[in-house]
Amino acid sequence: MSATSARPSHAAQPSGSAFIVKKALISALVALVLFSLMIGVRTEAGPQGGLIYWTRFGDLAALVGTVFGGSIIVELLRQWWGPVDKDSIVPKPVQSAISFAGRWLAPALLVFAVLVPVIFYDQRYILDLSILVLTYVMLGWGLNVVVGLAGLLDLGYVAFYAVGAYSYALLATNFGLSFWVCLPLAGILAAFWGVLLGFPVLRLRGDYLAIVTLAFGEIIRLVIINWQSLTGGPNGVSGIPRPTMFGIPLDNSDNGLAARLGIEFSPTHRLVFLFYLILAMALLTNWVTIRLRRLPIGRAWEALREDEVACRALGINTTTTKLTAFATGAMFGGFAGAFFATRQGFISPESFTFQESALVLAIVVLGGMGSQLGVALSALAMIGGFELFRGFDQYRMLVFGIAMVLLMIWRPRGLIGHRAPTVYLERNQSISSDLVKEGHG
Amino acid sequence: MSAAPATTPLLAVRGVRAAYGKIEALKGVDIEINAGEIVALIGANGAGKSTLMMTIFGRPRARAGTIEYDGHDITGVPTHEIARLRIAQSPEGRRIFPRMSVAENLQMGADATECTDAEREAGLERVFALFPRLKERIAQRGGTLSGGEQQMLAIGRALMSRPRLLMLDEPSLGLAPLIARQIFDAIRTLNRQDGLTVLIVEQNANHALKLAHRGYVMVNGLITLTGTGGELLQRPEIRAAYLEGGRHG
Repeated sequence: MSATSARPSHAAQPSGSAFIVKKALISALVALVLFSLMIGVRTEAGPQGGLIYWTRFGDLAALVGTVFGGSIIVELLRQWWGPVDKDSIVPKPVQSAISFAGRWLAPALLVFAVLVPVIFYDQRYILDLSILVLTYVMLGWGLNVVVGLAGLLDLGYVAFYAVGAYSYALLATNFGLSFWVCLPLAGILAAFWGVLLGFPVLRLRGDYLAIVTLAFGEIIRLVIINWQSLTGGPNGVSGIPRPTMFGIPLDNSDNGLAARLGIEFSPTHRLVFLFYLILAMALLTNWVTIRLRRLPIGRAWEALREDEVACRALGINTTTTKLTAFATGAMFGGFAGAFFATRQGFISPESFTFQESALVLAIVVLGGMGSQLGVALSALAMIGGFELFRGFDQYRMLVFGIAMVLLMIWRPRGLIGHRAPTVYLERNQSISSDLVKEGHG
Repeated sequence: MSAAPATTPLLAVRGVRAAYGKIEALKGVDIEINAGEIVALIGANGAGKSTLMMTIFGRPRARAGTIEYDGHDITGVPTHEIARLRIAQSPEGRRIFPRMSVAENLQMGADATECTDAEREAGLERVFALFPRLKERIAQRGGTLSGGEQQMLAIGRALMSRPRLLMLDEPSLGLAPLIARQIFDAIRTLNRQDGLTVLIVEQNANHALKLAHRGYVMVNGLITLTGTGGELLQRPEIRAAYLEGGRHG
């Protein structure tokens, strides 16, 4: 770790045209090896069942050429906009404009979020989409506690989402418990599973932890699929009750909300209610996280992410610190799961695949680990963006792959990599941490 | 043994053995530290100095022998509870929290022991009086500090738990001689003005033995020599082994 070193010198960065060409040639060579079989030779089963094949060297040459040219362009772009030369590229007024926007972005987003059902009241699609985005914002914020703050790489977060969803679904369909009773129960159950996962992985770090959490996510899903008598197996649970507004159902019936208020019934009422419900739940997650960060336990999480040995030397109980991080993150996942179940009215194991874990993790990493605003923005970009590219179904994974690579090149710490300190001792701070560059290590 | 008062020691390590797997790092170590003393533990790389310090702190656990602190038997007590008994440790290689600010790093030291706001303020003032540089850099991230400043922060962080016994593992590691001297001066000040008991593990035997009231020399997991700092500095075998080419006087 070169934390003490000065800023990297420009001379140390290889930048000559020879370097660029060499890099492009290597990329082209890799492409040639990869594509020679994937593109260069096309095989198909012939009419008699035999294998027929033909070569497409023209396509292969075009692709390798594209990789060669693309590599040069990317390298040139990196040198112009790369992190090394950031200061010289972005002029001072632009910087201050960005920081001004940064200060108002969160409140502006919040106001906008509150107004979404008013602005888009008639557009069911947008309401549905915003509910989905907010669900992922909440999941992102929940996972942020585990991955972003405590630095415990969790690849099985969807397990807690599933536990929450099935808790509500089963308690509601079997025992007729209402959403508001089940919500805390779902959170508690998920937190319990979080602790259960936490115990065996206390000693694991990094890659090893990731593997075990990944397996845990799969175990939960497999149990759900195979425990037919309880969970209905692959058929899922259907007929999950819709949430009521503190006892008042949001339906067409005589004692529904519309009838009581004397207004015409509209299915949008329920959507608007669901929207505000998930908004409130997400904001609660955010608020709790922000509060926890200022308490000793939240600081201990962050310290644990930074240096476990130092934590132990300071007398921090790393066991409870890790378990509380797992439990807190899992609890929010459970809440989100219960919400998901009541929104869908039907859940099945298909909703809780590894893909979901990966998506939520991507949201957290791209947003900037530990940054609440960053996670919200990247959830918006990822989920909203996914919908935006729905027309180009084939290419959207490609677009997201490219976007992720670019983001990791230019903003390796995520969209908002800056971390706001939680302890202030003096008001008149002459040196802000932002102005001092940290060595990359 | 002039500096050692005839009372029960603050810390007594008796016959302690510890091992990493099958490799025995401590083979029955006895040391005593009296309240108000600075004790230096010197030895070559791999002699077991750091292991002894970590074993006192509960990890790795002692496989045999006893560790007594202030009348309590702390052998096998979990690390976080030992910290609550007001033993603080500044680990080898400083290990400050690089992405957290100086203020947060210091607060982390105070967090483990429940302390009142007034005690926290007093602790901060003490740290800033010792290391004014930290006050200047209070809002800076730990990772942006220089090596010497990071060492100051590591000691300051340990002091925030208001310890009675401070254990320092190689505080001069990788520091310029002038900075190392500042660190040693601060340790001396803490000992003289606050009556803090200090166990210092060092490779820089010359500095450490001049600072310490007493010293222990460790070789291959065993204490081979002990005496006052001055006595040890005069021993020819010490001078040959640890002070070759070092300044003396």
